[in-house]
Amino acid sequence: MPEDVMSRVIRVIAETQRIPAEGIQPESTFEELKIDSLDGINIVFGIENEFGISIPDDAAKSLRSVRDVAEGVEKLVAGQ
Amino acid sequence: MPGNKVAITGFGVVSALGVGVEPFWNAVSVGRSGIRPIRGFEPFRFPNGAQVDGYIASEHFDDKRLMLVDRYAQYALVAAREAVAMSGRTQFDSIVTGCSAGGQDAMDAGFDDLYKKASPRVNPMMVPRVMSSGAASHMAMEFGVTGPVYSVSTACSSSNHAIGQAFHMVRGGMCDTALAGGCEAVFSYGFLKAWEAMRVVSSDTCRPFSKDRRGLILGEGAAMLVLENLEVAQARGATVYGEVAGFGMSSDAHHITQPLTTGAVRAMRAALVDASLDRVDYVNAHGTGTAANDASESAAIREVLGGVVPVSSTKSVHGHALGAAGALEAVATLLALHHGVIPPTANFTEADLECDVDVVTQPRVVKLGSALSNSFAFGGLNAVLVFTAPDAL
Repeated sequence: MPEDVMSRVIRVIAETQRIPAEGIQPESTFEELKIDSLDGINIVFGIENEFGISIPDDAAKSLRSVRDVAEGVEKLVAGQ
Repeated sequence: MPGNKVAITGFGVVSALGVGVEPFWNAVSVGRSGIRPIRGFEPFRFPNGAQVDGYIASEHFDDKRLMLVDRYAQYALVAAREAVAMSGRTQFDSIVTGCSAGGQDAMDAGFDDLYKKASPRVNPMMVPRVMSSGAASHMAMEFGVTGPVYSVSTACSSSNHAIGQAFHMVRGGMCDTALAGGCEAVFSYGFLKAWEAMRVVSSDTCRPFSKDRRGLILGEGAAMLVLENLEVAQARGATVYGEVAGFGMSSDAHHITQPLTTGAVRAMRAALVDASLDRVDYVNAHGTGTAANDASESAAIREVLGGVVPVSSTKSVHGHALGAAGALEAVATLLALHHGVIPPTANFTEADLECDVDVVTQPRVVKLGSALSNSFAFGGLNAVLVFTAPDAL
């Protein structure tokens, strides 16, 4: 069974932030995970590479939680 | 601070407004923006920039010289020639230039040869063209300067640190004269892609302090100033355009990209103390047009100077020229003092409660005695200059 979008998002965040994936929940906010604006740019970069998508600046700046990222990815992938 | 008074007796500019001080001030003084669609590259996530306009290298350098001088250093030399001619001096003791990125054209071309064209070798002039101190060396050779010559690299504060260092040398008596300023040429493919990845460049234009600001707009160019011991300048009957009256520095020690208001406050206060002033008539802000900078800088200005001091960001006209930014803004500030006109912030549409300062959005004619010019770089490196008008000397 292929890895679902949420699992892949969590894996990318874990790899980018150098934190265990087990500590990241779909409802986790960036604030809870101590992800600042610069970390956010790195995560968006990782997500773009993982899914082969291009995330616009405005969308990238609006991300506040793991679920925001997964939902944004699903929309962009569906639009491809 | 005791020491020699330090006059400005000449300056030169290469910018998005054209080659020379005159087109620069003609545009800056009325807020006519030089931000246009980027030429020469496939589209980026941001379509607009403030590329140098009207510059043809062969009009300034012969072919042999161009082999050695990358574009950022060409701008420096052309600006320095104008500054030197304006000053009426032929001999200078020292040079301090600011530059962040160095010769990006040469670096890009070299890596393109290696990685894309699979060439086994690069142009042998790549190293001297890339090194960010090259502009200072070329200026030293052209003007025969054999004293202290060096380059400062503190990202977007490079120029202000450079002018401040030159100011210290002249005030302290190490030198009577210095050429100081900054230079940058950011419009190369790899460097633009790096800025695209940072997601801080506006998708439309540069709107400092405006509620709908969306980020900075990259600019480029150079500005060079002649700093001179005031007594030496007066003795030779030179025209004095203003004085460097103070310089303040601080480090946020906080974050590699996020600004800290307290760091800006300490640099501005240090500059005012250095100039023995407790207020100024105008602030030429760092004013990048990013959400974070403009809010943080506004809070700093309010804390140090209150809410009534007029503030503008000329980056809305000449773009954010990174290592050249402070030098372009020094010239804008000196000309504001000289002409008694506060240059406006262009592209401003709506006040933002997070930027609660007196943002000047139309040219304001007013007698100015003193002004601050702020530079707050990525990495929290802050450098603030105080300029005073000649009749305030």
